[in-house]
Amino acid sequence: MASIDIIREEDLQHGHDDHHDDHHDDHHGGDKYQSGFISTYIFSTDHKTIAKQFLITGMFWAIIGALMSLVFRLQLGFPEENMLWLKPLLGKWITVADGVGTLSPDFYYALVTMHGTILVFFVLTAGLSGTFSNLLIPLQIGARDMASGFLNMLSYWFFFLAGAIMFASLFLSTGPFAGGWTAYPPLSALPQAMDGSGAGMTLWGVSLVFFVVSVLLGGMNYITTVLNLRTKGMTMWRLPLTIWAFLVTAILGLLSFPVLVSAIFLLIFDRSLGTSFFLSEIFIQGQALENVGGSPILYQHLFWFLGHPEVYIIIVPAFGIVSEVMSVHARKPIFGYKAMVLSILAIAILAFIVWAHHMFMSGVNPFIANIFVLFTLIIAVPSAVKVFNWIATLWGGNIRFNTAMLFSIGFVSLFISGGLTGIFLGNSAIDIQLHDTYFVVAHFHIVMGIAAFFGMFAGVYHWFPRMFGRFMNETLGKIHFWGTMIGAYAIFWPMHYLGMAGVPRRYYQFGNFDAFAHFTAMNQFITVAAIIVFALQMVMVINFFYSIFKGKEQKELNPYDANTLEWTAPINTGHGNWPGAIPHVHRWAYDYSKGGRNIPQTEPLADGEQDMGNDHH
Amino acid sequence: MGTFFIIASLILIAVILLQIGKITELAGALRGEEDMQMRSNTFHAQFGMVFMIGFLVFVIVSFMYYKNSMLGYGPHTAASEHGVWIDNTFNVTMAVTGIVFFITHILLFWYAYKYRERTGHAATFYPHNNKLEMIWMGVPAIVMTFLVIGGLSVWNRTMGDVEEGMVVGEDYIEVEATGLQFQWILRHPGNDGKLGSRYYKNIDGVNPLGQIWSDEKNLDDIHPSELVLPVGVPVRVRIIANDVLHNFYLPHFRVKMDAVPGLPTYFVFTPTTTTDEYRQRLRDYPEWQQPIPDDEQGRQRWEAFEYELACAELCGKGHFSMKRIVKIVTPEEYSEWLAEQKSYYSTNIKGTEADTNEKEGVLSLEMPTEIEKEEVEVKDKELSKSI
Repeated sequence: MASIDIIREEDLQHGHDDHHDDHHDDHHGGDKYQSGFISTYIFSTDHKTIAKQFLITGMFWAIIGALMSLVFRLQLGFPEENMLWLKPLLGKWITVADGVGTLSPDFYYALVTMHGTILVFFVLTAGLSGTFSNLLIPLQIGARDMASGFLNMLSYWFFFLAGAIMFASLFLSTGPFAGGWTAYPPLSALPQAMDGSGAGMTLWGVSLVFFVVSVLLGGMNYITTVLNLRTKGMTMWRLPLTIWAFLVTAILGLLSFPVLVSAIFLLIFDRSLGTSFFLSEIFIQGQALENVGGSPILYQHLFWFLGHPEVYIIIVPAFGIVSEVMSVHARKPIFGYKAMVLSILAIAILAFIVWAHHMFMSGVNPFIANIFVLFTLIIAVPSAVKVFNWIATLWGGNIRFNTAMLFSIGFVSLFISGGLTGIFLGNSAIDIQLHDTYFVVAHFHIVMGIAAFFGMFAGVYHWFPRMFGRFMNETLGKIHFWGTMIGAYAIFWPMHYLGMAGVPRRYYQFGNFDAFAHFTAMNQFITVAAIIVFALQMVMVINFFYSIFKGKEQKELNPYDANTLEWTAPINTGHGNWPGAIPHVHRWAYDYSKGGRNIPQTEPLADGEQDMGNDHH
Repeated sequence: MGTFFIIASLILIAVILLQIGKITELAGALRGEEDMQMRSNTFHAQFGMVFMIGFLVFVIVSFMYYKNSMLGYGPHTAASEHGVWIDNTFNVTMAVTGIVFFITHILLFWYAYKYRERTGHAATFYPHNNKLEMIWMGVPAIVMTFLVIGGLSVWNRTMGDVEEGMVVGEDYIEVEATGLQFQWILRHPGNDGKLGSRYYKNIDGVNPLGQIWSDEKNLDDIHPSELVLPVGVPVRVRIIANDVLHNFYLPHFRVKMDAVPGLPTYFVFTPTTTTDEYRQRLRDYPEWQQPIPDDEQGRQRWEAFEYELACAELCGKGHFSMKRIVKIVTPEEYSEWLAEQKSYYSTNIKGTEADTNEKEGVLSLEMPTEIEKEEVEVKDKELSKSI
C-alpha cells in the first residue's frame, strides 16, 4: 500500500527539521493549538494527552467498578453478616432490621449491572483501546497526531459525558439500572418490572448512546490515521502488531457499535412511545399491556451483534500490546508475524458471525445453533495459532523479566485457561447445562476480563516512560503482578466448579435451593481473594501516581533497545511528536537480535538484506 | 475516629510500600543496574516455575476435591436421557482441553525460565516457520471438527420437538410452566392429557394463567404446587412467561430454556431416575450423609433430597427465589397422585363469577386457536356480557 508523504508539509509548519533534539522543551509555547493550561491539559488535541485522559478516567472507573464487585461479593460470601457499616455509604440500600443491616436485592442487582457495564464499556473499551490507540498509533506509524485532533478530543469528551451520566444514575432514588449489563427487555423496557428500570434505565441508555458516539469518533480517527498518515516506508506489513490490533479493533467497533445504538433506540421507543418492538402479551403488576407482536429475542440479536464483537474489541488490543511487549523483552521477533496478523483478521471476521452463541437457550430455533456452533469453535483455531506463536516467541529468547513482560506471560496463561473453557460454552449441547451459570462467569472474567487487564497493565508499565518520561517502580510492579496473577486465579478458578455443579449466576443468595446452597466456604474464599486482589490494584494505582512525579527518570531515549518509532521521539515530547523531520522507515518492526543486535525500523537495509515485512516481494 | 484511623493506616501502608520500592531502586543503583536485572530475571523466572507447578497442582487437587460436582460423575450424574449425552460431551471436551491446558502451561513457563536473560546468553533470530505453524493450525482444526460434530449430534437429538405421530397424553406428557415475578406456576393437563387454551388478557387474581373456561380442555387442568412426573415417559414442557424473561432450569436433568413473553418455547426430555433412586445414589457420599441442621425428623441430607426447578434468566429482584420441587415417581405412584388431584376449575372457578363456561363439560363454542387472539378477545367480551 502506498504511504502518503506528508513530511514536506509538516516540515514547513515546524521549520526546524535539522535540530532533532534541540529545544523541544519550549516547543509547547510555539504551538498555536495548545498554549494555555486548558488547551494543554483539558481540551487538548494532542493524542498523547488524550491517551492519558482515557487512561486516568479508565482507572477511576475501574476502581468504582471493582468496589461495586466487592460489595456484591460480600453479599455472596457472607450473606448473614451485618452490613450496617456500609450504611453511611449506601444509605437506604442497606435495610436495617433489629440492628442488622442487609444489602437490598434491588441494589445487589444494580451493583452487578453497573459492574458489568462499567468494566466492559468504560474500562476495557475506552480505558484500554482508547488509551493505547491514542498513545501509540501516531507514535508508532510516524505521524504528528491523529488525522483529526479535534474529533479525537471530542471522542474523549463524549466518553466523559457518558461517564458523567452513568455516574449521576448511581444517585437516583430508584437506583441505577439493575437488569443486567445486557439490558434484556421486557425487564429493561418496563419501569414497573423493577426499580432500576425506571429513570436508571433511561440514563443507562442515554449514557451508552453518547459512549458509542465516542467510540465511533475515536474509531474513524484511528482507521484514517493508520491508513493515511504512515510515514515514508511504513507499509502495512511493516506495522507493529499493536497498530494492526488497534486498526482491527477500530473497524470492529465502527461496524458493530451502531447496532447497539439501534437496539437502544428501539428500546427507548418501547419505553416512551408505546411501540412494541420487543414487547408482546405481557401481564405485569396486575395489568395486561396492549403491546402485541414484538419479540424480546429481536433485542438479543441486536445486542449480541454488538456484544460479541465487543469482547474482541476488548481483547484484540491486548493481543497487540502483549505481542509487542513480549517481542521487545524476549529480544526476539514475534514468531510468525503474518500468522499473527492473519489470525487477528480471522478472529475479527468470525466475530461477526457467532453472536447467537449467547442465545442458544433463549428460545431461538434450535436449528440455527448448528451454524453458530461451527463458527464459534472455528475461532479456537486462530486463537490456538496465537498462543503457540507467543510460546514460540519465548523459545530461544533472552527474556528480560520486568513487570511488563511478566504481565505479558501472565496474559498468555489466562488466555489459555479462559479460551479453553470457551470450547465448552461454544458447544451448544454443553451450553444447555452451563449457560448462565458460574462457569460462564469464570470463563469470561478470565479470558476477557483479567486477560485484557493484563494486556493493559503490560502496556502501562511498558509505555509509562513514553507517557511521563519516568519509570514505574519495578518492585511494586512485580508485587502487583504476582499478587494479581495468583489472586485472579484464586477468585475465578473455583467458579468453574460452581458452574459445573449448576449454580446460576446473578443470584442474590443461594440458600433457597438445596442444589446451590452448599458452597459457602468456596464463596467466602472467593470474596476474601477478591478483597486482597483489590488491595493489590491499589498498589498499582499508588505506584502509578507516585511515579508520574517521583519515578525513576528516563535518561536514555530508547530504554528497552526497541525497534519501533515511538522511541525515536524525544522524552516528554510535545505536540507534534518529533521536533524535526518525521523519521522514515526501512524495515519491519521485529528485527530483534538479528545478527546479534536489535535493528531499529529507521535503519536502512544493508546490501542484500531482506526485509521480513516484505519478504514475498 | 474509626474512619480517621483507617485513613491514617492506609496512608501509612502506602508510604511503606513506596519506601520498599525506593530502597530496591537505590540498591540497584549501588549494585549496578545490570547485575540487579540479572538477579531479578533469575528470581522471577524461577518463581514462574514455582507458580506453574503450584497452579497445576492446585488445579488437580481442587478438581479432585470437587469431583462430586463434576458433570456425569457420581452424585452429579444426569437424571434424564439426554443429560447423559451432555455429560459425556462435557467430559470428552474436558479431556481434550485438559491435555492442551497442561502442555501449554508447562511450555509457557518452562521456556520463560529456560530462556531468561543472563550474562553471556543471547537470543536466536527465528522469525517464523511455516511448516510448524501449519501443524499447530491443522491439529486444533481437526480436533475442533470432532468436537463440533459430536456436540451438534447431541444438540440436535436433544432439542427436537416430540416426533411426528406421537400422541399427547399417550406417548408423552405435556405440562406447562409459566414464569412470572417471582414464581413458577405449573399446569398439568389432567385426565384428558391436554392443556386448555389461554389468553393473556384473561389473567386476573383468580385466573393467574388466563385460561379460557369455555375450552373444556381447561376444565380438568391442574395447578400443582410440585412438578410430578412419571419416570421413563417423555415430557414436553411448554414454557411461557407472563411478564419478563425467565428461564426454566432443571439442573439435575440438564434442562434449560428461556421463557419468553409472547413466544411459547418448549423442552422435551425423558426423566430416567426417580427421586427415590436418586436419593439412594446420594446415600453413598459422605457429604450427603451429613445431618440436616434443625430437621425435625433428624434426617440426613440424602433423605431429604429433591429435584429442583430454578430460574436462570435475570427477571428482577426476586430472581434467586423462584423455586419449585420436582418429583419423579414410578408410573403407579403417578397414577395415584393424579387421581388425588382436583382441577383448578373445580376448586377455584366453578360456580363463581369468573366461570365463563355455562354448560360444564359441553363444548358450547368452537374454540379459536391460540393464534387467533383477537377473535378470542371479542368472544371473551361477548361471553362476559352474557353473564
